[in-house]
Amino acid sequence: MTKQQVLDLYFLDARHKLIELAAFLDRVERADGKDDFRLEAFRSALTKLDGKKMNKAKNVLLAFSDPTSKPIAKATVKGACGAFIK
Amino acid sequence: MKYIEPHAHMVSRTTDDYAAMAVAGCEAVCEPAFWAGFDRSAVEGFRDYFSQLTEHEPERAAKFGIKHFCWLCINSKEAEDVKLAEEVIALIPKFLNRPNVLGIGEIGLNKNSRNELRVLEMQVDLAAKYNQLILVHTPHLEDKLKGTRLILDVLKSDKRIQPERVIIDHVEEHTVEMVLDAGMWAGMTLYPETKCTSARAVDILETYGSERIWMNSACDWGVSDPLAVPKTALEMKKRGHLEAAIEKVIFLNPKNFLEQSPNFKTG
Repeated sequence: MTKQQVLDLYFLDARHKLIELAAFLDRVERADGKDDFRLEAFRSALTKLDGKKMNKAKNVLLAFSDPTSKPIAKATVKGACGAFIK
Repeated sequence: MKYIEPHAHMVSRTTDDYAAMAVAGCEAVCEPAFWAGFDRSAVEGFRDYFSQLTEHEPERAAKFGIKHFCWLCINSKEAEDVKLAEEVIALIPKFLNRPNVLGIGEIGLNKNSRNELRVLEMQVDLAAKYNQLILVHTPHLEDKLKGTRLILDVLKSDKRIQPERVIIDHVEEHTVEMVLDAGMWAGMTLYPETKCTSARAVDILETYGSERIWMNSACDWGVSDPLAVPKTALEMKKRGHLEAAIEKVIFLNPKNFLEQSPNFKTG
């Protein structure tokens, strides 16, 4: 596809998602109380969108990932929360 | 267009879903053994589940002209209890000669714990001993990168395992390359919020090519879409992919991998 075709097909959807993301940040910032590691990871992931470097989706996923290599001692929960606790 | 759904948990879906999949062109559905949403209390729960996968569910699918196949294992979410896992693994060979069984799966890791890893090694050994195909679940979200690396280490270190007989499922942009580089097959799961969207799956195809790769819905008891594969075929069509290229990803690729099992037959 040409760049024009990609824009025709996906621009409105991407614009919608970007506004949702901005509204999420506004929502969490005006809420009371403390935030946690998830917001820190989110802000770190946002920096991967800057510039014209390729592989933005991959780099966002890496920003949320556990970078360690050894198995943990025991699984105490079943779910994942979406961001690694440093 | 005809397609194969290579990963769906139909025991959790309604009969209406079978009807919709048949109308959409589904020729065959493959159901890996998975977590029921709660931990089973004893090995007998798995015996009943394996009977459901090998006896009841094929009959349910056949009513809509869909062939049903399955994979057997203890899933990684219940693998922290190694004693239970050993009992389930001892049970599995009794079911391997059932006509719709394709192999061992979906084995893998969930939280990347030592016990999960031990049980993964035991099930890789089981697959090697019985010459079975392997279907691997990779962990969710922040655990996926590390888990995929650990899983690949286990599989590569067992010299009996032929990489072309292994499918590593739930790959995303940060894990697909390492799986393909290892000579294994990669599965993209089309699942809301936590895995790939249709658009991202097509991006991955356009970036990494369509060799040794398939896509699946992994529809289950969570919010998920049993028609995710044909919807992604439509996404490919919207981008101008030719019909032959779409057929390769949604039908021929899964067919070629799955036909390595003598039990897999489709039209």
